[in-house]
Amino acid sequence: MNIHEYQTKQLFAQYGAPVPPGDVALSVDEARAVASRLGGERWVVKAQVHAGGRGKAGGVVLASSLAEVEAAARRLLGSRLVTHQTDEQGQPVNTLLIEQASAIARELYLGAVIDRASRRIVLMASTQGGMDIEQVAQATPELILRTVIDPLVGLQPYQCRELGFALGLDAAQVRQFSSLVQALARMFQERDLSLLEVNPLVVSDGADLVCLDGKVNIDDNALYRQPALRALRDTTQENAKEVRAREFDLSYIALDGNIGCMVNGAGLAMATMDLIKLHGGTPANFLDVGGGTTAERVAEAFKLILSDSRVKGVLVNIFGGIVRCDLIAEGIIAAVGEVGVTVPVVVRLEGTNAELGSQKLRESGLSIISARGLTDAAQKVIAAVGDGA
Amino acid sequence: MSVLVDRSTRVICQGLTGKQGSFHTEQALAYGTRMVGGVTPGKGGQTHLGLPVLNTVREAVRATGADTSVLYVPAAFCEDSIIEACDAGIRLIVCITEGIPTLDMLQVKAYLERRSCRLIGPNCPGIITPGECKIGIMPGAIHRPGKVGIVSRSGTLTYEAVHQTTEVGVGQSTCIGIGGDPIPGTTFVDVLALFEDDPATEVILMVGEIGGTAEEEAAAYILAHVSKPVVAYIAGVTAPKGKRMGHAGAIIAGGKGTAEEKYAALEAAGVRTIRSPAEMGQAVAEGLGH
Repeated sequence: MNIHEYQTKQLFAQYGAPVPPGDVALSVDEARAVASRLGGERWVVKAQVHAGGRGKAGGVVLASSLAEVEAAARRLLGSRLVTHQTDEQGQPVNTLLIEQASAIARELYLGAVIDRASRRIVLMASTQGGMDIEQVAQATPELILRTVIDPLVGLQPYQCRELGFALGLDAAQVRQFSSLVQALARMFQERDLSLLEVNPLVVSDGADLVCLDGKVNIDDNALYRQPALRALRDTTQENAKEVRAREFDLSYIALDGNIGCMVNGAGLAMATMDLIKLHGGTPANFLDVGGGTTAERVAEAFKLILSDSRVKGVLVNIFGGIVRCDLIAEGIIAAVGEVGVTVPVVVRLEGTNAELGSQKLRESGLSIISARGLTDAAQKVIAAVGDGA
Repeated sequence: MSVLVDRSTRVICQGLTGKQGSFHTEQALAYGTRMVGGVTPGKGGQTHLGLPVLNTVREAVRATGADTSVLYVPAAFCEDSIIEACDAGIRLIVCITEGIPTLDMLQVKAYLERRSCRLIGPNCPGIITPGECKIGIMPGAIHRPGKVGIVSRSGTLTYEAVHQTTEVGVGQSTCIGIGGDPIPGTTFVDVLALFEDDPATEVILMVGEIGGTAEEEAAAYILAHVSKPVVAYIAGVTAPKGKRMGHAGAIIAGGKGTAEEKYAALEAAGVRTIRSPAEMGQAVAEGLGH
């Protein structure tokens, strides 16, 4: 799960990590009031969206007067910000973060991730702050410093000192850096994060460290024990269909093709998408209906898939294991009847009682196309979509 | 022969009296798995499905001589249950549960690394040696004793692989679902080493997916250590970047972990890769020279 920059910075502040003075504004008047209350001569108006690349996309505005703060707020609020990380629709801007502009001497990078290969939390730091760190990692990997947290003893202060001195910080700054890194590492573990980034971490002209931007990802599996973070979810930043899918405990990802997919199991669902592509079609979605497929879930899944107007056909691919195919067939028949499906539906059932399931589909009187095997299913749905176009 | 489990494997179920534990233990008993007992704290002394229920894993090991445990325990309690099984002397722990926090798994992995017990999963279908021992939620009837060792990060896609290799008449030595989480207890490399040493396994089918670098590590291992033919399929060529595709571990993060990178690494290691999931059975048969 993602949260906004302002929420991340509130978390940083709770852990004693230095952030610029700032506050949230939901309207132009609030933006002006916040800037005026903060004081100073220059402010930064930052669009709060769940996407990187905001600066280049015009979502971060430097303002030298309260009038400029108002103008920026007026332009941004209610707009959609398109960055290189969003789709062409962009993300809605409902909230702004207004901060006092910082005078910057140096820009650094600080990050933490769960490294799957080493099965450890790895801290990363770089002198190349403010840049796209993935590009830095690709072009100049030697400029990214790393240290590994041992789960047995945790992060040791010397590891932070090593990183700090390697970044070229002076003794006083290394002390600040060390306590900052230890605070953020504690936050990473206590808040079940899967990624944390401070980019840039700046050295101000007064030689102090400040977290100028912040990003965290929270482990979805741990949300059950992070109620405070769970409450920060902003569904306006997510795909509406994906939000609805989550309510029904379905795993759904929208894609841009025209063949809707309903599959049980995540791996088989990906494989089904790939198979459609391999045979010349384009999948409209990833959808895992899960192991315990019931008629109700199948109906919800159909509704979800068909709410995408680009969908011209649906491929249902179910490998019945513990769940019997004849029961799944009944679910499909009920769902197709209830939802009123008008596009061609190709169903491939395999596994326990597959024959009986196919027979029930044939006898249902519904225009369901039965397929035998994966390739047959893909070819039939692509042909059906082609005919309908 | 087979790897890790066979007809002599003595299995207990942690969470036996729960809905999932009961259902899948009944299925395992019907398959012929030597289930010897179960653990549900507070229900010790009862009998469930004809099996003795104990309060702790340590008691269960003492009472039944179990060497293997399967967990149908809610995600929040898995760290505790896995470590309990390990400390009680269980040799093989199979964790089916989905949704365990990643930081819990970091702790568990670090703990198990210093001990001599193996964890399969979490978020996996389990392990089966056809005709001998079924531990997990896979449908037993689609399996046949045979020659291909199957290792997979997926559930139903594994069933697909099993079904196809049964249809072409090859059958399976052992099938291991290592699970769809970012931090699995057992990796492709671990299972490849087991299959390489297993006389019953003549060909290996690896079913990978996007996310992480486990397939790349497997490729390096195959190049250096595996003499048997390996067939590989990777799911998720069409998966978009930055989206979690159902499995917690199936995500292309920072442009890394794409299916194409994995295919390239495996092909460089001499692995026979297939682009269609419909070709798994055929490719395995061809790998045997059929």
